[in-house]
Amino acid sequence: MGSQIRLPNQSWVPGLNILRLTHSRRERLTFLALIAPNFILFGIFTFWPLIYNFYLSFTKWNMIAPTPTLIGLDNYATMIADPIFWKVLGNTLYLATGSIAIRLVLALALALVLNQKLAGRDIYRAIIFSPTFTTGAAVALVWTWILHKDLGLLRLPLNLLGIVSPNWLTDINWTIPALIIVTVWRGLGYDMVIFLAGLQGIPAELYEAARVDGAGRWSLFRHITLPMLSPITFFLIVTSIIGALQVFDLVAVMTGGGPMNSSKVYVYYVYENAFKFFKVGYAAALSMVLFLITLAITIFQTRLSRRWVHY
Amino acid sequence: MITAVQTSHLRVVAQRIASRLMSHSVLIFASVVIGLPFFWMISTSFKSDVEVGLFPPVWIPSELLWENYARVWTAAPFDMFYLNSIITTLAGLVLEVLVGAMSAYAFARIEFPHRDALFLVVLATMMIPGEMALVPNYLTLRNLGWINTHQGIVIPYVSSAFGCFLLRQAFLSIPQDLFDAARMDGAGHLRMLLSIALPITRPVVATFALFLFIAKWNAYLWPLIVTNTWNMRTLPIGLVMVREAEGTLGWQHVMAASLLVLLPVLVVFFLAQRQIIEGIARGAVKG
Repeated sequence: MGSQIRLPNQSWVPGLNILRLTHSRRERLTFLALIAPNFILFGIFTFWPLIYNFYLSFTKWNMIAPTPTLIGLDNYATMIADPIFWKVLGNTLYLATGSIAIRLVLALALALVLNQKLAGRDIYRAIIFSPTFTTGAAVALVWTWILHKDLGLLRLPLNLLGIVSPNWLTDINWTIPALIIVTVWRGLGYDMVIFLAGLQGIPAELYEAARVDGAGRWSLFRHITLPMLSPITFFLIVTSIIGALQVFDLVAVMTGGGPMNSSKVYVYYVYENAFKFFKVGYAAALSMVLFLITLAITIFQTRLSRRWVHY
Repeated sequence: MITAVQTSHLRVVAQRIASRLMSHSVLIFASVVIGLPFFWMISTSFKSDVEVGLFPPVWIPSELLWENYARVWTAAPFDMFYLNSIITTLAGLVLEVLVGAMSAYAFARIEFPHRDALFLVVLATMMIPGEMALVPNYLTLRNLGWINTHQGIVIPYVSSAFGCFLLRQAFLSIPQDLFDAARMDGAGHLRMLLSIALPITRPVVATFALFLFIAKWNAYLWPLIVTNTWNMRTLPIGLVMVREAEGTLGWQHVMAASLLVLLPVLVVFFLAQRQIIEGIARGAVKG
């Protein structure tokens, strides 16, 4: 009943409620039957894993021994002392920040250009957006070929600038930049579309009022556009950090996390521990930390965005 | 005679044209750079061994070698990969839409004690990253005997918080009169869901289905974990494994195989690009 207060468009006729009472038992059963599939699936494949993972994170197990062995907080202690864990966190952060910074600047610039009446606007938008939903595994192979040191397409512009193409995927200093290039290519269009929606949501009166006050173009951008876009920018930053924490297929296909862990990112490390090294307990502890990081970011976002709403 | 007014008018027009040209050049440049990897993939897929090895590269192959595609198709059971991808994508899509729509209808249209709290439980699942369920879900499927099966790929991913949320919003916006009229005719909730709610919200349902199609087609990590034989692999997994298993494949073959995997999503995207992009812009999809 609580929802009736929050949702004014739901217009129950008061008289109908009396009629409904006689059906209420049947109504309740119908309700339960309709939500049952979703709830049963959530129970088995979302909530149970959370609980079971929590338990596994205090155990040592290779999935072959009949039962896990309880070892207390050892996995968490191992994690703190594990240089690869910190390396992986650092890589993830490097990938996230590097790609976000470039994406945001380019996406905003393109959104500003697209935010005017132009012939072929939809076509530009579609092409720039098109990499967003492409199959990661296939795109990873295409980029492995583009980044080929001797024959790759990327060597062409680098040659023009007089730069010798690095060994993108085998030099420890260049693996993350290579992944940044791919994630920028893939994520730019998405950010642009979100920015575009944000730009279209800024009331035109704001600009008119400022123009009357004699504000120039730069001043309009600096004092109206940017502040009005701040909630969206923040949203994009948060979603890209969470996105970077979940990168898997690009790394699995392009570098396998190597060389020397230089491109190992979080989910890849979880996968590797669970399904390659069969350190199930350690993988579970890593997953718990991933969960806590995601939760912290999400709560932080909701808190802050509540304060940031300008509309 | 050109008057002062006319010159200033001309200047404005000239400025506008210059700014247009500028905008178009920026956008054309961006489109070319972003589209180039696709072009490069297609161009490479038709090249001969010799042309693949040339630098600076040949943009358009002197001869279109369709046999590169035939070579890939026979290098691995690509027909099985396709079949597995189609089965798991479509089954997953239909199930997720149904599961989502049923619960969304219940939350939007049927009263129940603590309904809002239950809905919050659904929303809360969005905060749990799917990656943390890998090991427990693998073990559950092992106990069910579902490892290396289609249902093993599909079922763990058909529960839907997002679908429930999205479709509930849509169902709430349907005028109550329609349901009252149907009720007078003796329709039950299931019939109202199937004959009123879903048809009326078809654009939302279709956009949701498009996103699901793309997401399920692209899935990599989970199908990689739950399948272990060639004949159960989906396309993205098979693609990567062909390349690893077959030492003799050249880049032209790898690109041909990549295109075979990408083509369905690219076609779906370009056919429905307006709907997909506007869905994103409306905040219809979580990033």
